[in-house]
Amino acid sequence: MDKLEYTALGQTISHCVLPNGLNVYVDVRPEYGKQFAFFATRYGGMDVRFRGEDGEWLDTPAGVAHFLEHKTFDTEDGNALQRMAANGTDPNAFTSSSMTGYFFDGVRGLEDDLRTLLSFVSVPWFTPESVAKEQGIIGQEIRMCEDDPNDEAYYRLLEAMYIDHPVRTRVAGTVESIAHITADTLYQCHQAFYRPSNMVLCVAGNVDPQRVADIAQEVVQGTSAPAAVVDHGAQEPEHVGERYTCRTMPVSIPLFALGFKGTPAARGEGLRQRLVAELVCDILFSPSAPLYNRLYEQGLLNSSFSSFYTSAPGCAWMMAAGESRDPERVRDEVLKEAARLGAEGIDRRLWDRLKKAAYGAMVRHLNSMEDTCIELAEAHFDGEDYLSFPQCFQSIERADGEALLRTWCVEGRTALSVISPEE
Amino acid sequence: MLQHWKRLADGVELAVSRTDKFKTGLLSVTLTIPLDADTATAGALIPEVLGRGSRNHPDMERLSSAADELYGASLGPVVRQRGESQCVSFLCSFIDDRYALDGSAVLEPAAGLMGEVLLDPVLQDGVFRQGYVELEGANLADRIHARMNDKRSWAIFRLIQEMCEGERYAVDKLGDAEQAQAMTPEKLWASYRSLLSNAKVTFYYGGAAQPERVEDAVRQSFAPLLSGRSAPVRCQVEARPRGPVRTVTDSMDVTQGKLAMGFRTGGITMGSGDYPALMVCNALYGGSANSKLFVNVRERLSLCYYASSALDKIKGLMVVSSGVEPAQFDRAQEAILNQLDAVQRGDFTQDELVAAARTVANGLRGRLDSQGQVEDDQLTRLLFRTGGEGEDLIRSVESVTADQVVQVAKELRLDTIYRLMGKEGACCG
Repeated sequence: MDKLEYTALGQTISHCVLPNGLNVYVDVRPEYGKQFAFFATRYGGMDVRFRGEDGEWLDTPAGVAHFLEHKTFDTEDGNALQRMAANGTDPNAFTSSSMTGYFFDGVRGLEDDLRTLLSFVSVPWFTPESVAKEQGIIGQEIRMCEDDPNDEAYYRLLEAMYIDHPVRTRVAGTVESIAHITADTLYQCHQAFYRPSNMVLCVAGNVDPQRVADIAQEVVQGTSAPAAVVDHGAQEPEHVGERYTCRTMPVSIPLFALGFKGTPAARGEGLRQRLVAELVCDILFSPSAPLYNRLYEQGLLNSSFSSFYTSAPGCAWMMAAGESRDPERVRDEVLKEAARLGAEGIDRRLWDRLKKAAYGAMVRHLNSMEDTCIELAEAHFDGEDYLSFPQCFQSIERADGEALLRTWCVEGRTALSVISPEE
Repeated sequence: MLQHWKRLADGVELAVSRTDKFKTGLLSVTLTIPLDADTATAGALIPEVLGRGSRNHPDMERLSSAADELYGASLGPVVRQRGESQCVSFLCSFIDDRYALDGSAVLEPAAGLMGEVLLDPVLQDGVFRQGYVELEGANLADRIHARMNDKRSWAIFRLIQEMCEGERYAVDKLGDAEQAQAMTPEKLWASYRSLLSNAKVTFYYGGAAQPERVEDAVRQSFAPLLSGRSAPVRCQVEARPRGPVRTVTDSMDVTQGKLAMGFRTGGITMGSGDYPALMVCNALYGGSANSKLFVNVRERLSLCYYASSALDKIKGLMVVSSGVEPAQFDRAQEAILNQLDAVQRGDFTQDELVAAARTVANGLRGRLDSQGQVEDDQLTRLLFRTGGEGEDLIRSVESVTADQVVQVAKELRLDTIYRLMGKEGACCG
């Protein structure tokens, strides 16, 4: 395996591409008691329309990637969840808009658990009975999400920002949409996207990288054929579809999600755009920056507040979410400050300080094997080198932040989603 | 990881976990007082007000800037409940000196900043700033009200309130919303002075620095806290329910109902010889992915979206938490109790037992890979002088027998059932 050295971070990553097209990354950590393995496919809630084997476009129901994630644990001789639980290992999975990831952390028997993980994910087994039963379980999960005001604010924001891009599709779908899923649908989607060339395996812990690669080569079936072509909708305009959306729910004070629709980064520019966008989030929303303090002093924001940058193929946005008695005023103040900073420039000392803090936060993040593996997988799919962030920080200038403020943080690209208390 | 412990004065101690494993250091200071309805609000509010500014860095912008300069050290207040104590902490996580771009030390200035925030607040007329107290009081009240936003934890919170009514344990560690809003700078200042002189003080550091260096930094930055004090840390354990099983029902505008059930463990807590068996019993019953609740109630019967059990090892409680279709409440409740009955009858396989013990052991080992979880465990150990050393406890867990599990399962007694239903007409019938 190749060794990728990141001396500034004291980190070494072993990497190889298997003959079947699967990329394997191993982060050896001798002092850790646990091992973490993450096996992911570049397939998520937004990949609903794709070209099938026969060349015909296929429209699948919203929520199918997430449904597939649940059913992937089923195997011909039972359920992988229980099989791994017998080792005391607790496997789990998540589906985002653009990725489905399966993972476990285990203490011993890594090889056994790793084989199980690789096998149940890559070998499909679905029956009409198990699909019907899962419709009940996922229906409950969907209802639970629909009761969650934060989830609701988030999806309503995406629906407002995006006009055509399928990122506005709810990852879990709806009770209605998942009723159309059959075992055949699941087989079609599995075949289209669960191909080694469309997947990545990241392992961290006290492990032998070569053993990991050998097991993956042995267990993961399939050829290096590329994944299905996905339709992500017409070219998305720069402006948002709707600037404001609001509904009531049982919450104590209004919740909001404020979004700025960005421009997707060119291939190879993703990490850089992310660092710049995260710094812009800090410039606007960090407790050490003036705007947040002003809003906090005025009682317009409280400490349950966060901001972040997200990207997926064909889309990118910044978002701030929290609680406020007056979300519309928060939005207006943010736009005003962004315009001022875009015109007058960002204070040099503030910029340097936030850069230093952002670097430190990313170093801290590496303590977690889980976070590191997931970052490596995302970066792999995006064609980025995540652990090069120290060098990337050095190449970022204030002008980059100012340009982003001027182009993204403007009225036409801003949407506000509010959940307000019932009367 | 090497553990060091030192008493700095009566009721003041320092624990250090020395390791190169992490890229960061974690320093915490914790002031522990009995959980009490009269003082809880102040206990929760004090660190928030302190976090607004010190004499040197009198507002959030300047204080956060100082933390940014330490490579984005995260310095924040945390209020925790440990049994019937309220633990008021500041935690600071910062990159290890090895990764500082200019090669400077980060531990000492980080300790300095924490000491400054805790002991040298910005004042107005000799007490806390009025504006800070008012705003943080309002924010705390909002947080207390916001508990209802997450229905899953709200159901557990309501269950505990009902089940432990009259016990200190039921006092909200965040205090009371009305008290928070009515707090004055003078009253809060008096509570702060009392907290500083009476609370038990626990310092903890995990990271690459040597214990001597940590001790020096602590002595340097927290000198006023190093005087002796006597602060008892206790927890009243009710071994059995006080009466017949109670059922409490609330309604809210929700589509999915919540069912929470509280059990007493017959007085078994983390200090008990039976505690390893209780941990395995909980994992077998509802605390893992191959537990009886998960496999039967969730997967086989599809009665719940989630159904799991958890222990409070200090208070001696087990809580089952589940999300159910409102129309299925009775069936779900029956199924959950049937599964407990099965454990009590010894109706489980050797494989289930082994898997449960492994789950618990893996969980205990895994906590050592997280600096934050190590801190949390060390605090519990230091406060209650028990909880077992990692490897010893793991060995005990791995040798638990089926009989022992049956014995502790028989000690579990249902105390209170809490149901959160949709409003009338809002759900299916």
